Amino acid sequence: MPEIRVNPTRMEMKKTQARYQTARKGHKLLKDKRDELMKQFLDVVREDKALRERVEASIEKVHRSFTIASAVTSPKMLEEALICPKKECSLEVDYKNMMSVIVPTFHLDVLADSGSDGYNYGLAFTSGELDTALRELGELLEDLVRMAELEKTAQLLAEEIERTRRRVNALEYILMPQYLATIKSIKMKLDENERGNTTRLMKVKDMMLAAQRQQKQDEDEEE
Amino acid sequence: MSKIGIIGDRDAVLGFMALGFSVHEISSAEEGAKLLHTLVRSNEYGVIFITENYAVALEDEIGKYKDLPLPAIVSIPGKEGSTGYGMNHVKEAVERAVGADILFKD
Repeated sequence: MPEIRVNPTRMEMKKTQARYQTARKGHKLLKDKRDELMKQFLDVVREDKALRERVEASIEKVHRSFTIASAVTSPKMLEEALICPKKECSLEVDYKNMMSVIVPTFHLDVLADSGSDGYNYGLAFTSGELDTALRELGELLEDLVRMAELEKTAQLLAEEIERTRRRVNALEYILMPQYLATIKSIKMKLDENERGNTTRLMKVKDMMLAAQRQQKQDEDEEE
Repeated sequence: MSKIGIIGDRDAVLGFMALGFSVHEISSAEEGAKLLHTLVRSNEYGVIFITENYAVALEDEIGKYKDLPLPAIVSIPGKEGSTGYGMNHVKEAVERAVGADILFKD
């Protein structure tokens, strides 16, 4: 891992060490975040998968009933029967904070005439299959909304997990090794300087001793 | 208060009218793309269901809104029955998050 190029001073080393500590703490936190996100994501996805299997099967059933109904009823009658619904459904949208990911939650609000059977057409001109199809569809409503909520949550969580994972990896495999390499290289340079200093001192001491010895010899010869 | 929308072929979405969904019939993918943008931009919709045959064609358009909190754009099987497209999407989300498919491997 290439180190960051900085001046090899004690000051820089301390700074880099502090940065490394921060990165390590951040890495630990993000890793915990990723694990928790993953746990919640898997719960959501498992539920979503089961729900989707159920919903898809039911929708196919509804379509079958509906096809039969449209076969025995004229298209115009069919549209007439369905065009003005007695029910009106709307969603109450709330937001939930899930590990700092904002996800929507849906609450279904069905506005229906009280005492109404929910069928907005006379029974004389339509077939019984249409009733069946609509009843099945009505039962599906809650599941459909729940499925939408779960899939959206899964998508948003997946995005957040992906981002967190990238961050964790960047810290773990790029930033932290880089800091470590920098600290190591500064330390080696400082040590090298230290050794250079020591040898220089030894050399100077030798030279001074040699000079003293020479002086003493000269003095002895003069005598 | 948000609405629930549904986009798809006439036959596939007619039944949802009776539930009180706001139903949008389309007959081509281009029409669907335009409609989808209008619906999303109107900010009135919490959930938009779209039948699988169009969800496949409009994949890129839907992808644009993937990371927004609202609306939830969800594919449901159309007249032809389930093609596994919706399930595939769940699988993709798992792969995106985990890096490997851990739920669907059989």
